[in-house]
Amino acid sequence: MAYLQLKNIHKRFDDVHVIRGVDLDIRQGEFIVFVGPSGCGKSTLLRLIAGLEHITSGGLTLDGRDITHMPSGQRDLAMVFQSYALYPHMSVYDNMSFALKLAKVPKDQIRRKVAHAAEQLKLTPYLQRTPRELSGGQRQRVAIGRAIVRAPKVFLFDEPLSNLDAALRGNTRVEIHKLHVELGATSIYVTHDQVEAMTLADRVVVFKDGVIEQVGTPLELYDRPANRFVAQFIGMPSMNLVAADAIPAFSARSDGRLPVNGFLGVRPEGLHVHAAEGGEPGRVELIEALGADTLIHVEVGGVPLIARQNERTPLRVGDAVRVELDPTQLHLFDAQGQAIAHPETVS
Amino acid sequence: MPPNPWFTTLRTLGAWAAALLLFFPLGWLFLTAFKTELQAIAVPPLFVFEPTLENFGEVQRRSDYLLYARNSLITSVASTVIGLLIAAPAAYSMAFFRTKRTRDILMWMLSTKMMPAVGALLPIYVLAQTAGLLDSLSALTLVFTLSNLPIMVWMLYSSYKDIPNEILEAARMDGANLWAEFRHVVLPLSVGGLASTGLLCLVLAWNESFWALNLTSAKAGTLATLIASYSSPEGLFWAKLSAASLMAIAPIVVFGWFSQKQLVQGLTFGAVK
Amino acid sequence: MNRLLPRGLMAPAVIALLLWMLVPLLMTLWFSLVNYNLMQPGQHGFAGLANYEYFITDPDFWPAVANTLLLIGSVIAITVVLGVLLALLVNDPFPGRGIVRVLLISPFFVMPAVNALLWKHMMMNPIYGVLANVWKFFGLTPVDWLTDVPLVSVIVMVAWQWLPFACLIFITSLQSLDREQMEAARMDGASAVQRFWYLTLPHLARPMAVVIMIEMIFLLSVFAEIAITTAGGPGNESTNLTYLIFKQSLMNFDVGVASAGALFAVVLANIVAVFLIRIIGKNLD
Repeated sequence: MAYLQLKNIHKRFDDVHVIRGVDLDIRQGEFIVFVGPSGCGKSTLLRLIAGLEHITSGGLTLDGRDITHMPSGQRDLAMVFQSYALYPHMSVYDNMSFALKLAKVPKDQIRRKVAHAAEQLKLTPYLQRTPRELSGGQRQRVAIGRAIVRAPKVFLFDEPLSNLDAALRGNTRVEIHKLHVELGATSIYVTHDQVEAMTLADRVVVFKDGVIEQVGTPLELYDRPANRFVAQFIGMPSMNLVAADAIPAFSARSDGRLPVNGFLGVRPEGLHVHAAEGGEPGRVELIEALGADTLIHVEVGGVPLIARQNERTPLRVGDAVRVELDPTQLHLFDAQGQAIAHPETVS
Repeated sequence: MPPNPWFTTLRTLGAWAAALLLFFPLGWLFLTAFKTELQAIAVPPLFVFEPTLENFGEVQRRSDYLLYARNSLITSVASTVIGLLIAAPAAYSMAFFRTKRTRDILMWMLSTKMMPAVGALLPIYVLAQTAGLLDSLSALTLVFTLSNLPIMVWMLYSSYKDIPNEILEAARMDGANLWAEFRHVVLPLSVGGLASTGLLCLVLAWNESFWALNLTSAKAGTLATLIASYSSPEGLFWAKLSAASLMAIAPIVVFGWFSQKQLVQGLTFGAVK
Repeated sequence: MNRLLPRGLMAPAVIALLLWMLVPLLMTLWFSLVNYNLMQPGQHGFAGLANYEYFITDPDFWPAVANTLLLIGSVIAITVVLGVLLALLVNDPFPGRGIVRVLLISPFFVMPAVNALLWKHMMMNPIYGVLANVWKFFGLTPVDWLTDVPLVSVIVMVAWQWLPFACLIFITSLQSLDREQMEAARMDGASAVQRFWYLTLPHLARPMAVVIMIEMIFLLSVFAEIAITTAGGPGNESTNLTYLIFKQSLMNFDVGVASAGALFAVVLANIVAVFLIRIIGKNLD
């Protein structure tokens, strides 16, 4: 039984059709990540769920209740905003207790809940400070604390880590994950960063132009993308996509399953570059030595490809090389971009 | 390349010279207020002298300064308060319940401020006369309120718009209804804007001369009326004039020092950032 | 969303301003079309356009228009040019900058009545005034300002009052000048004059337009300085449009003619207001 159910949700802003028919069932305790390029509608959908925008048509049900037209404050949802949206004139304590105060919860209960959340987020020494006196990371935690204190049915996160610097982002990501394990709360998390999506999600929802392209666990999306878009969106660097007639030698490895106007997909780790015999001739265009990984950009038959390997490479830019394709890592797509076949994976 | 030190010195001197030159008349007014009448018309002008406070007392005795001051205070404060009470809800509505016509209405309100007062002089005079309100504080207060209303609406609108929308959404998510949103979030965050708007309009009403001179005289006259009466009285009067003027302008000039930014916002209707 | 609440909140302000705008306007329109003299109550014949004709053919009319244009033009020229120069002077930090700014701003907050008398007596008196003493110091005969050059005297007073306004606007605008752009220009070899001409001046174009328009609107209504010092004279040498209308209204009590004049002034102000509103509107989100 779905805890949070979206049924055929549409949203129009004047003439612009932003959300075009979204159906989604979310289970209790799941950590769902909405991911997609800018303008795909993921934040809009989150705001529709939150009640900050009106749903043009469709239904929204939470724990059996129809909340489609209910005001935000009554939906029993909490949101962590991208810019934190803390009340600048209130202390951390007041920020976190505001909702409870409005709900007329008795003072001692409020004190207990806030103290507990503050401890979980290591905010106890800062309870009397105002947001102005806090660092970005601390403000972020207050925003999360404000949501936790309410113990809502669903947590909503709107790109909460975008405003943090890289180091802090990594740490906070881990903290959010730990919190989720601890609280077991249902969460919807919007991001454009696929690393966050892959590491935090129980299931990932990939959006494009207001529709869902695919829903699945992170590894399902990685191993069996439903179409070209998902295939290239998930995974860094992107999957190499080659038109069927571009590199005949590669296409031949598909055992005839590749349609005439279709596409061949292989992830960087499925390409091997070496100086010796075998494979197709190519030229090194760029080497990116990342330490643990090495990315080799090559050009084969006029097509730019990226290969990845765990070892360092003695190759240099301009070297003539041989590029080999691992046939067990082939993905096949038809002319419309829909996936036909995926490699069998060991799960 | 850091600037030439000579250039900086020259510039500093130039700035100070310009400032002192521009401020000189006010400084001179200040000094004259503390001179005797004879000292005030001394030729060549006196810069060093023994200061006296006799003028301030004289002004009060001669023309009941306090009455005029009281009138100025009442009309400025009352018009500002009433104005804020009318303007704040309107600005709130325009900032948070925007419609397609909001912008046009705001522009229209601003345009009423741009009409020359002289265009309304006769009708207002005739109306006041008919209602028996000539030389009354209520008529003057009403006129001040209406004159400053557009500026108040505009400035309050700006300060409401400065509140980030996400904070209001957070309040909504926290369960705040409209009233709670206003009371706990909007009001505390807009108090600064309210104060500076009020201050600016207080200044504008206090300094207002056109209506004060035309609608009032002995009973409801403001300080503007009092000062105007010194246009050409008999005998020596410069020191007293200076004293009266100083008392009339000092608080406002000081207020002005503190409300520079609001001035720019308010009087240019935000057209200059 | 409740449609009544927003309208209810706006109603008092909208109604008040609507009345404030329409009632005087309609009354003025009516007055301008009738024979109405406050000294001769009861005579309300319809006069058609006679009042307008009378106003325009008043021997003081064209001089008043000329004086108005001269007044507005001179004050604008002085305040804009000096305002820009002063703003540039004060833009970069130097010791005592805060105090200098405060001193520069002060004249704007002085009551126009005080402004008028301060200049009329303490500064411009031909025998005892400060300016007279300065002239004598340089061996020149002091100028009898208000008698010999009344309009210039009024221009001086008004310019003194409004220079801080222009200055403040330009100072504010200069703060938002792109430093990096300046540095790039410097590295490209631009001299100080070139940087001013090609970068600073265009940046100031908008505030200058705003200052000019706002001053046009408010300077049209200059009243106290004239009423208290020269009473428009000698003759009509320092009478502006506003003062002329005032004279007709509250000195000649000819409501009809004065109203015709008032409408004339309103139309003038409206023309400028249209342009100003357009600039403001563009700035509004």
